Amino acid sequence: MGIYLDHSATTYVDKKVLAKMTQCYSETFGNTSSQHSYGRDAEKGVGAARAQVADAIGASPGEIYFTSGGTESDNWAIKGVAKFARKGHIITTGIEHRAVLDTCKYLEAKGFSITYLPVDAFGAVRADDVEKALQDDTILISIMFANNEVGTINPMAQIGQIAKKHGVLFHTDAVQAVGHVPIDVSAIGIDLLSLSAHKFYGPKGVGALYIKNGTNIEKIIHGGSHEKGMRAGTLNSPGIVGLGAAISLATEVMDNEFVKEAALAKRLKDALLQLPKAKYNGHPDDRLPGNVNISFDGIEAEALMLHLDLEGIAVSTGSACSSGSTNPSYVLKEMGCTIEQARAAVRFTIGRCNTTKDIDTAAKKTKSIVEKLRALSPLFADKGEKNV
Amino acid sequence: MYNEKVLQHFKDPHNVGTMENPDGYGEVGSSECGDTMKMYIKVDDNKITDIKYQTYGCCAAIASSSIATDMALGKTIEEAQAMSKMDIVQELGGLPEKKIHCSLLAEDALKEAIKDYKSK
Repeated sequence: MGIYLDHSATTYVDKKVLAKMTQCYSETFGNTSSQHSYGRDAEKGVGAARAQVADAIGASPGEIYFTSGGTESDNWAIKGVAKFARKGHIITTGIEHRAVLDTCKYLEAKGFSITYLPVDAFGAVRADDVEKALQDDTILISIMFANNEVGTINPMAQIGQIAKKHGVLFHTDAVQAVGHVPIDVSAIGIDLLSLSAHKFYGPKGVGALYIKNGTNIEKIIHGGSHEKGMRAGTLNSPGIVGLGAAISLATEVMDNEFVKEAALAKRLKDALLQLPKAKYNGHPDDRLPGNVNISFDGIEAEALMLHLDLEGIAVSTGSACSSGSTNPSYVLKEMGCTIEQARAAVRFTIGRCNTTKDIDTAAKKTKSIVEKLRALSPLFADKGEKNV
Repeated sequence: MYNEKVLQHFKDPHNVGTMENPDGYGEVGSSECGDTMKMYIKVDDNKITDIKYQTYGCCAAIASSSIATDMALGKTIEEAQAMSKMDIVQELGGLPEKKIHCSLLAEDALKEAIKDYKSK
């Protein structure tokens, strides 16, 4: 059996979740728009899931709209607000997921002005910077809850207060955070929140957008009266039921999981930082519990990732040399890492089923592979310098 | 993505290391993706009798350096100089399209080492 340490990329579907979905595929399979009992049964499942999602984030069920996942939710939130406002200024950060960054770039080309805020060395945006960036025509602040590469959690409550004080809509891409850390949209002051089921042991291809009641937003998908006329398309009822079950389960086990994953992450971090010239990326405390991101000087992350893969251990690189030329992680570069550090960054993301043994095996293998790659590398000379 | 042969060379690369007083030394870097390679050759009677290298790079760069040094070992200077990146890729049984450029590093480093040898 392999050791999966890439839970931020995606998770497996929990068996209890899958059982609910299977029933929905074969028994309560009706179209939620149908008037007959099949349709009503399917609608019942979707309604329950809507309540489960709402409960998990402190919203009311009428504020939850199902989508095809995080990317669609991000697109809808940002383009939908922009379309309603017709023009204006949007504040985001340089470390957002591409679903947010590319959407902002698209709007920029269409005439909207965008501020891409910098982040500190830990990968967190400064609330002060958000306030300073506000303009008279600012229509939206879109800042991720937690970063996908380094796991750093942004000062959400402070940003929420600033947004509220200035009457600007606040969207957050919370895809990495939902199901892992507590979120209360009303306490924080979030108007729009994107989430995706497959990040918390639910199925792929289904997510949701929380839209606070009264938010000025247009739809981006036209075609039918589904989701109160806001998002056309036959509802993916098995997926939605899976999303509901997964988010309920995640909320139920969250406290225990947080403690367990944080302890395993610390164990892995402590073991790997015994290697010389290893740099821990991201915030030491304010981060997703299962995330460990480390740059090993003198190696290329893809080489380490592949070696681990040959040993049955799945991790991911901050930078993937897939496009012909290596594009070192823009997140790490925004945090002030050198290109070499960005190219040498490996991300381990611990999940629900990982054990202490998994972590110890992964640490041991990683250490020996790093040593092997460094012996091969003309760039590495161990001068016994202290880790940073 | 990578074939078995590439993975084998990546996992256990041949001819890794440095050399005291090489007859030829070449160092190249790819500005495109940051890969770096240092190559050392020993030449006897116009033949490459020993070859060592160090590579910083991805799987394709490491596997290319490993097989290129295997190929160059025992060749005459002229034969080694004629080796191209496509020979290296072919010997590896192919590389993904986007990784072909990684094999250029091995070709260039070998050519640099030969140039250095000839200049002596």
